[in-house]
Amino acid sequence: MNERAALELRGVTFAYPDGHVALRGVDLTVHAGERVAILGPNGSGKTTLVLHLNGIHSPTAGTVTVEGLAVSGAELREVRRRVGLVFQDPDDQLFMPTVGQDVAFGPANLGLRGAALEARVADALERVGMADCRDRAPHHLSLGQRRRVALATVLSMHPDVLVFDEPSANLDPAARRELADLVVGLAMTTVVVTHDLLYAAELCPRSVLLDDGVVVADGPTLDILRDRELLAAHRLELPRGVALVDW
Amino acid sequence: MSGGHGHAVRAGAVPASVVSRLDAGVKVVCLVAFLFAVVATPARQVWAFGAHLGLVVLAVVLARMPFGALLRRLALEVPFVAFALALPFLGRAPFHTVLGVELSVPGLWAGWSIMAKATLGVLATAVLAWSTAVAEILVGLEELRMPASLVAIAAFMLRYLDVVAGELRRLQLARLSRADDPRWIWQGRAVAATAGSLFVRSFERGERVHQAMLARGFDGRMPVTTAPTARRWWPALAWPGAAWAVAAVAMAR
Repeated sequence: MNERAALELRGVTFAYPDGHVALRGVDLTVHAGERVAILGPNGSGKTTLVLHLNGIHSPTAGTVTVEGLAVSGAELREVRRRVGLVFQDPDDQLFMPTVGQDVAFGPANLGLRGAALEARVADALERVGMADCRDRAPHHLSLGQRRRVALATVLSMHPDVLVFDEPSANLDPAARRELADLVVGLAMTTVVVTHDLLYAAELCPRSVLLDDGVVVADGPTLDILRDRELLAAHRLELPRGVALVDW
Repeated sequence: MSGGHGHAVRAGAVPASVVSRLDAGVKVVCLVAFLFAVVATPARQVWAFGAHLGLVVLAVVLARMPFGALLRRLALEVPFVAFALALPFLGRAPFHTVLGVELSVPGLWAGWSIMAKATLGVLATAVLAWSTAVAEILVGLEELRMPASLVAIAAFMLRYLDVVAGELRRLQLARLSRADDPRWIWQGRAVAATAGSLFVRSFERGERVHQAMLARGFDGRMPVTTAPTARRWWPALAWPGAAWAVAAVAMAR
């Protein structure tokens, strides 16, 4: 595995304007090619952390770097190209009247026009298996389809790192598996934020456990998920009757 | 809301016709020019409105629009009709007595003017809506150099109408499921709370959409991605041209 750090967070602290401290000194390194799950109960700071990875939020203290590039000021545009965020609710991400226009939005912001832009859109939709939905309106698609289109809207920016916020939320079992197959098939550096522990086990060899704004565990996903005391201490648990075997 | 039931905005395929193949920008220009011609036509030249109606019928036939669909869209006009019907009773002298009821002659003409012009406007707009995908109309407006932020606002409304309607439906279902059954205005507290809750949800969604846009490199300006199309077919302007000819003759008489 390539050991270059794709994402590097050092002592990241963040407080919302109302004084609520969401992150209290997070250290995290994600290497190129890794798939890492960020686990944690509701309100542990997972989504806040995600919004730091491409500069939507800036840390009150600490630093975030993407492939050595500081996430701030002049580099923001390049950082936002490199880190593709797939939001939890596709209705937040897909805001244009048609799927094709939405997939074109990111690369157009990067300055692409004409045939080059068309090619990006076609390629991204092809990769998520939604090429024939290009002219459809997002609100006429199923949730599973919308989530795949949301992925296409960041793939079209040719990112180096993909970040998913609760990718399995509200998906039916088939759509959930299709998305997992898709993410594994892309073979990109990927961060998956979730409290769906089985999905994390399926997708990510490594997991980071976040609670109350700090990293409380970092290691192989199966090791973390088998540590019932650790999980219970942070309001996480496997569904009753489930035991993890190596696969 | 999952799946696709009861959408606020029609998005299905637009039936193919001479009119549907026209550039959306050209159609918007034609419609606006036609509406101005109708509005400029003096109300007392009744024959001129017949001629305008003939032009609308021509467009309906060319667009292969079923007349039933056309008539359903007239429902939009109901509030104007109610106003127009009141005018003959509220107008000034001279009066004309019909079945013992005194009707104001200027009021009758004003009512006729509103009815005729509104009906023609609604019908012509219905032909545009029937023959053009909504997304295409937005592209057309962009090509016509409409400010990008206005086009973006229209696009947002279009995109989120269904999402917000879905949210409203869920809030209402949850309220009714708990045996809320408001019948009188003073029982409307829960309805008002629903409206407030919908506003807050929509506001928060706006924030999340903005964050998602920033994440994809949005810098405050919508990127203009539509290249001006070469398939403009300006001869279509003959249609509002004919309406203007009618209006000009009517004004001269």
